[in-house]
Amino acid sequence: MSGRNDLYQQVILDHNKNPRNFKVMQAATHECDGHNPLCGDQIRLYVKKTADGTIEDISFNGNGCAISKSSASLMTVAVKGKAESLARQLFSEFHKMVTGELDPETVTNQLGKLTIFSGVREYPSRIKCASLSWHALLCALDKQDKASTE
Amino acid sequence: MSLPTLPLDIKRDFPLLSNPKLASTFHYLDNAATTHKPEMVTRAMDDFYRFGYGTVRRGVYKLSEGATANYEGTRKKIANLIGAESSEEIVYTSGSTQSINLVAYTYGRKFIGKGDEIILSQIEHHANIVPWQMVAEEVGAKILVIPCNDRGELDMEAYAKLLSRKTKLVGVNHISNALGTLNPIQKIAAMAHTVGAVILVDGAQSVAHCHVNVKELGADFFVFSGHKIFGPTGIGALWGRMELLDRMPPYQRGGDMIQTVTFEKSTFQSPPHRFEAGTPPIAEVVGLSSALDYVTGIGLDRISEHEQLLLNYATKKLSDIKGLTIIGQAKEKASILSFVLEGIHPHDIGTVLDQEGVAIRAGHHCAQPTMQRFNVPATARISLGPYNDYSDIDAAEKAIRKTLEVFG
Repeated sequence: MSGRNDLYQQVILDHNKNPRNFKVMQAATHECDGHNPLCGDQIRLYVKKTADGTIEDISFNGNGCAISKSSASLMTVAVKGKAESLARQLFSEFHKMVTGELDPETVTNQLGKLTIFSGVREYPSRIKCASLSWHALLCALDKQDKASTE
Repeated sequence: MSLPTLPLDIKRDFPLLSNPKLASTFHYLDNAATTHKPEMVTRAMDDFYRFGYGTVRRGVYKLSEGATANYEGTRKKIANLIGAESSEEIVYTSGSTQSINLVAYTYGRKFIGKGDEIILSQIEHHANIVPWQMVAEEVGAKILVIPCNDRGELDMEAYAKLLSRKTKLVGVNHISNALGTLNPIQKIAAMAHTVGAVILVDGAQSVAHCHVNVKELGADFFVFSGHKIFGPTGIGALWGRMELLDRMPPYQRGGDMIQTVTFEKSTFQSPPHRFEAGTPPIAEVVGLSSALDYVTGIGLDRISEHEQLLLNYATKKLSDIKGLTIIGQAKEKASILSFVLEGIHPHDIGTVLDQEGVAIRAGHHCAQPTMQRFNVPATARISLGPYNDYSDIDAAEKAIRKTLEVFG
């Protein structure tokens, strides 16, 4: 059987090994926990948002599988310094992409590098891993306490 | 080094595993979750639906009488399989989980009271934890836990200290689904009985893999699931000593479990029918019956020998992999091998193995307290069945090495 490269691409493996923005943030304005009970993935997401709605800084820590960790890492890179509204749009597009509702090759989108996760749609049991950090981001922005992929 | 010849060679009995399109590229190693079905099981169910279908214990016509004879006859087969005194002690349920819930709802709520204690082991499946929490919360009882050592063996001295006159029930699995530990049920039961407690043995992982005799074990209740012993899903059994079953109130109420009904009052059947309300899963019992024929035809001693040889082989192969730690190294172990790879999450192991055609389980195995004990969020688990052979282990080893390469 082949197809491994559809999922564990080099960029994903790199972000798993060396996650970006992987730290606790003391000055966060918003925080939220994300928990995936199926795998035991557990992350905490930190956001520092300015008054005009810009995500000035973002970080995460915790532990999880390669998919959840690299997805969180790439997410922080994608939304850092961007407007909250763009982050929300990316959430929606990312979610649609990993659930197979949006094919990034045929539909215009803002996903950029994040399309590397499009292979996840072939692995239904891993969709929650890929979207965990995004749910945590949405939860943090909405100032709720807990995000869950359930 | 030549390997010992395995006693069994039965893949051909399983359509999916012997499918020529898959046979050399697919390796099923998730038998602790569920087992595949030999052709004779699915054929028996199909034949029953096509040619012999009828309800049980109601009809006065031949179809129903034939179905009833098979349905009641299967109780006898189950009783024989586990060494029960009589088929009246065999209650059909949907599986181990419902069996335990049945005991919790009926025996537990009636005979466990405020201030009493329920002893469970640290390496239980959630199915043998959560129902007892319900009882404990409801009646005001307390749950105590037998700890395990670093090999995954229960600490019998600690257990001895937990026992007291307050102990009303001990719930322990025969074989741990997460670690493979074969628990010393005889001892655990004898000790429970010295303080007047009853013992429920979760046999979900043992009944298809080793010889079981509930009387030799000293059990009071024993539960198992049909789908883990090559039978269909949705059917399983509870065995209980008649003296206990007889004192237990009904579980669910409705048709077939009653003797007489008026709007003022109903009276109930004797066990086992008291615990079987409504039309049961008849075709599933037919399938289970065939599965038991299959297993007893092969012989559990041979299955056990086969799996032990494979377990030894797999343990040796996996121990040679750098960065791999086997979780659960009890001296007495069944054919389950849980492991972790340094720096790689078990779900990633599971996905890469799947890409290589090897089906294993990755996760907490519905045994979160076991994971907490070993300080891991999850493990990858290989669990063997009688249709596995050396090639399945070789494929798993190769795929694990590939995982290390991918994440290296």
